[in-house]
Amino acid sequence: MVNEIEVRALPENLQDVLDFVDEQLEAMGAPRKLHLQMEVATEEIFVNIAHYAYAPDTGMAIIRAETDCDNQQISISFMDEGKPFDPLAKPDPDVTLSSSDREIGGLGIYMVKKRMDDMQYEYRNGKNILTITKGF
Amino acid sequence: MLNIKKKADGTTLVLALTGRLDTNTAPDLNNAVNESIEGVESLIFDFKDLEYISSAGLRVLLASQKIMNTQGSMVIRDASEEIEEIFEVTGFADIMTLE
Repeated sequence: MVNEIEVRALPENLQDVLDFVDEQLEAMGAPRKLHLQMEVATEEIFVNIAHYAYAPDTGMAIIRAETDCDNQQISISFMDEGKPFDPLAKPDPDVTLSSSDREIGGLGIYMVKKRMDDMQYEYRNGKNILTITKGF
Repeated sequence: MLNIKKKADGTTLVLALTGRLDTNTAPDLNNAVNESIEGVESLIFDFKDLEYISSAGLRVLLASQKIMNTQGSMVIRDASEEIEEIFEVTGFADIMTLE
Protein backbone atom coordinates (compact mmCIF):
# COMPACT_ATOMS: atom_id res chain seq x y z
CA MET A 1 0.00 0.00 0.00
CA VAL A 2 1.30 3.44 -0.92
CA ASN A 3 0.38 6.73 0.73
CA GLU A 4 1.95 10.10 0.37
CA ILE A 5 1.79 13.64 1.70
CA GLU A 6 3.25 16.87 0.46
CA VAL A 7 4.29 19.56 2.93
CA ARG A 8 6.33 22.71 2.87
CA ALA A 9 9.75 21.73 4.19
CA LEU A 10 9.77 23.77 7.40
CA PRO A 11 10.80 22.49 10.85
CA GLU A 12 7.39 23.48 12.25
CA ASN A 13 5.74 21.00 9.87
CA LEU A 14 7.71 18.12 11.32
CA GLN A 15 4.81 16.93 13.51
CA ASP A 16 2.53 16.54 10.48
CA VAL A 17 5.14 14.35 8.84
CA LEU A 18 5.63 12.29 12.01
CA ASP A 19 1.86 11.85 12.36
CA PHE A 20 1.71 10.59 8.77
CA VAL A 21 4.49 8.06 9.37
CA ASP A 22 2.87 6.94 12.66
CA GLU A 23 -0.42 6.33 10.85
CA GLN A 24 1.25 4.02 8.34
CA LEU A 25 2.97 2.10 11.14
CA GLU A 26 -0.27 1.81 13.15
CA ALA A 27 -2.02 0.38 10.13
CA MET A 28 0.69 -2.28 9.92
CA GLY A 29 0.53 -3.08 13.62
CA ALA A 30 4.22 -2.23 13.95
CA PRO A 31 5.73 -2.51 17.46
CA ARG A 32 6.30 0.63 19.55
CA LYS A 33 10.06 0.39 19.18
CA LEU A 34 9.77 0.65 15.41
CA HIS A 35 7.61 3.76 15.74
CA LEU A 36 10.37 5.49 17.67
CA GLN A 37 13.11 4.43 15.26
CA MET A 38 11.11 5.55 12.22
CA GLU A 39 10.20 8.85 13.90
CA VAL A 40 13.83 9.64 14.63
CA ALA A 41 14.84 8.71 11.07
CA THR A 42 12.00 10.82 9.66
CA GLU A 43 12.95 13.80 11.80
CA GLU A 44 16.61 13.65 10.81
CA ILE A 45 15.85 13.47 7.10
CA PHE A 46 12.98 15.97 7.02
CA VAL A 47 14.85 18.54 9.12
CA ASN A 48 17.87 18.28 6.79
CA ILE A 49 15.59 19.04 3.85
CA ALA A 50 14.00 21.91 5.76
CA HIS A 51 17.35 23.44 6.64
CA TYR A 52 19.38 22.89 3.50
CA ALA A 53 17.51 21.83 0.37
CA TYR A 54 16.08 25.19 -0.61
CA ALA A 55 18.07 27.56 1.61
CA PRO A 56 17.70 30.49 1.79
CA ASP A 57 14.23 29.94 0.27
CA THR A 58 11.71 27.27 1.23
CA GLY A 59 10.15 24.55 -0.88
CA MET A 60 8.01 21.45 -0.83
CA ALA A 61 8.80 17.92 0.28
CA ILE A 62 6.91 14.78 -0.65
CA ILE A 63 6.95 11.89 1.78
CA ARG A 64 5.80 8.60 0.31
CA ALA A 65 5.29 5.51 2.44
CA GLU A 66 5.07 2.02 0.99
CA THR A 67 3.90 -0.59 3.46
CA ASP A 68 4.20 -4.30 2.84
CA CYS A 69 2.06 -6.02 5.45
CA ASP A 70 2.88 -9.56 4.29
CA ASN A 71 6.61 -9.03 4.67
CA GLN A 72 6.19 -6.58 7.58
CA GLN A 73 8.30 -3.93 5.96
CA ILE A 74 7.97 -0.20 5.41
CA SER A 75 9.80 2.01 2.91
CA ILE A 76 9.65 5.76 3.18
CA SER A 77 10.89 8.04 0.40
CA PHE A 78 11.67 11.69 0.99
CA MET A 79 11.64 13.80 -2.17
CA ASP A 80 12.56 17.42 -2.66
CA GLU A 81 13.44 19.64 -5.59
CA GLY A 82 16.22 21.50 -3.85
CA LYS A 83 19.95 21.51 -4.41
CA PRO A 84 21.33 18.08 -5.37
CA PHE A 85 22.64 16.59 -2.14
CA ASP A 86 23.58 13.01 -1.34
CA PRO A 87 23.50 12.61 2.46
CA LEU A 88 25.08 9.17 2.13
CA ALA A 89 28.23 10.67 0.66
CA LYS A 90 29.18 12.29 3.94
CA PRO A 91 31.74 10.38 6.01
CA ASP A 92 30.44 9.04 9.32
CA PRO A 93 31.36 10.92 12.47
CA ASP A 94 34.01 9.22 14.60
CA VAL A 95 31.92 7.77 17.41
CA THR A 96 34.97 6.63 19.36
CA LEU A 97 36.18 10.12 20.19
CA SER A 98 36.02 11.48 23.73
CA SER A 99 33.42 14.11 24.60
CA SER A 100 35.91 16.95 24.29
CA ASP A 101 36.89 15.82 20.79
CA ARG A 102 33.43 14.93 19.49
CA GLU A 103 32.07 17.31 16.91
CA ILE A 104 28.65 18.78 17.59
CA GLY A 105 27.28 17.97 14.13
CA GLY A 106 27.07 14.99 11.77
CA LEU A 107 24.95 12.72 13.92
CA GLY A 108 21.60 12.84 12.19
CA ILE A 109 22.22 10.80 9.07
CA TYR A 110 24.56 8.49 10.96
CA MET A 111 21.77 7.60 13.39
CA VAL A 112 19.49 6.81 10.46
CA LYS A 113 22.11 4.71 8.66
CA LYS A 114 22.71 2.58 11.73
CA ARG A 115 19.05 1.80 12.39
CA MET A 116 17.57 1.25 8.95
CA ASP A 117 17.80 -2.03 7.05
CA ASP A 118 18.44 -0.16 3.82
CA MET A 119 19.01 3.38 2.67
CA GLN A 120 19.19 4.55 -0.95
CA TYR A 121 19.74 7.91 -2.55
CA GLU A 122 19.23 9.01 -6.11
CA TYR A 123 18.92 12.28 -7.96
CA ARG A 124 16.36 11.90 -10.75
CA ASN A 125 14.38 14.41 -12.81
CA GLY A 126 15.54 17.30 -10.70
CA LYS A 127 14.58 15.60 -7.43
CA ASN A 128 16.60 14.38 -4.48
CA ILE A 129 15.08 11.03 -3.48
CA LEU A 130 16.16 9.40 -0.22
CA THR A 131 14.52 6.07 0.63
CA ILE A 132 14.76 4.25 3.95
CA THR A 133 13.51 0.73 4.49
CA LYS A 134 12.92 -1.15 7.72
CA GLY A 135 11.30 -4.45 8.56
CA PHE A 136 10.11 -5.95 11.81
CA MET B 1 6.35 19.32 23.45
CA LEU B 2 8.95 19.44 26.20
CA ASN B 3 8.54 20.28 29.85
CA ILE B 4 11.70 21.10 31.83
CA LYS B 5 11.64 21.07 35.62
CA LYS B 6 14.68 22.65 37.28
CA LYS B 7 15.77 21.85 40.78
CA ALA B 8 18.85 23.57 42.18
CA ASP B 9 20.43 22.41 45.43
CA GLY B 10 23.73 24.12 46.21
CA THR B 11 26.06 23.30 43.33
CA THR B 12 23.82 20.51 42.05
CA LEU B 13 21.35 21.15 39.26
CA VAL B 14 18.72 18.61 38.26
CA LEU B 15 16.81 19.01 35.01
CA ALA B 16 13.83 16.66 34.77
CA LEU B 17 12.48 16.36 31.24
CA THR B 18 8.98 15.34 30.23
CA GLY B 19 7.97 14.78 26.63
CA ARG B 20 10.09 14.94 23.50
CA LEU B 21 13.55 16.34 22.85
CA ASP B 22 13.51 17.04 19.13
CA THR B 23 14.57 19.75 16.67
CA ASN B 24 11.85 22.11 17.86
CA THR B 25 12.28 21.65 21.61
CA ALA B 26 16.06 21.23 21.83
CA PRO B 27 16.67 25.01 21.84
CA ASP B 28 14.52 25.27 25.01
CA LEU B 29 16.78 22.78 26.77
CA ASN B 30 19.86 24.55 25.50
CA ASN B 31 18.58 27.81 26.98
CA ALA B 32 17.63 26.15 30.26
CA VAL B 33 21.14 24.75 30.61
CA ASN B 34 22.91 27.98 29.67
CA GLU B 35 20.74 30.06 32.00
CA SER B 36 21.61 28.03 35.07
CA ILE B 37 24.94 26.34 34.42
CA GLU B 38 27.21 28.88 36.09
CA GLY B 39 28.73 27.50 39.27
CA VAL B 40 27.12 24.08 38.82
CA GLU B 41 29.41 21.21 39.78
CA SER B 42 26.95 18.37 39.35
CA LEU B 43 24.49 18.45 36.44
CA ILE B 44 21.86 15.72 36.43
CA PHE B 45 19.38 15.06 33.64
CA ASP B 46 16.37 13.04 34.75
CA PHE B 47 15.09 11.18 31.68
CA LYS B 48 12.40 9.13 33.43
CA ASP B 49 9.58 10.85 31.53
CA LEU B 50 11.44 11.57 28.33
CA GLU B 51 9.75 9.73 25.46
CA TYR B 52 11.91 10.64 22.49
CA ILE B 53 15.28 12.06 21.55
CA SER B 54 16.72 12.93 18.15
CA SER B 55 20.14 14.20 17.12
CA ALA B 56 19.08 17.76 17.97
CA GLY B 57 18.72 16.62 21.58
CA LEU B 58 22.01 14.76 21.53
CA ARG B 59 23.73 17.90 20.36
CA VAL B 60 22.48 19.82 23.41
CA LEU B 61 23.66 16.99 25.68
CA LEU B 62 27.07 17.00 24.05
CA ALA B 63 27.38 20.76 24.44
CA SER B 64 26.40 20.40 28.12
CA GLN B 65 28.92 17.59 28.61
CA LYS B 66 31.67 19.76 27.15
CA ILE B 67 30.82 22.53 29.64
CA MET B 68 30.66 20.14 32.60
CA ASN B 69 34.01 18.60 31.60
CA THR B 70 35.53 21.90 32.74
CA GLN B 71 33.54 22.47 35.92
CA GLY B 72 32.30 19.18 37.34
CA SER B 73 30.27 16.17 36.30
CA MET B 74 27.18 15.31 34.30
CA VAL B 75 24.87 12.32 34.67
CA ILE B 76 21.83 11.11 32.77
CA ARG B 77 19.37 9.12 34.86
CA ASP B 78 16.64 6.64 34.07
CA ALA B 79 16.70 6.82 30.28
CA SER B 80 14.29 4.37 28.62
CA GLU B 81 15.62 1.32 26.81
CA GLU B 82 14.98 2.89 23.41
CA ILE B 83 16.78 6.07 24.33
CA GLU B 84 19.69 4.09 25.77
CA GLU B 85 19.93 2.32 22.43
CA ILE B 86 20.28 5.63 20.64
CA PHE B 87 23.13 6.43 23.02
CA GLU B 88 24.79 3.11 22.17
CA VAL B 89 24.48 3.52 18.41
CA THR B 90 25.95 7.01 18.41
CA GLY B 91 28.76 6.25 20.84
CA PHE B 92 27.25 8.63 23.36
CA ALA B 93 27.01 5.80 25.88
CA ASP B 94 30.82 5.84 26.04
CA ILE B 95 31.22 9.56 26.54
CA MET B 96 28.33 10.22 28.89
CA THR B 97 27.46 8.81 32.26
CA LEU B 98 24.15 6.96 32.26
CA GLU B 99 22.64 5.72 35.48
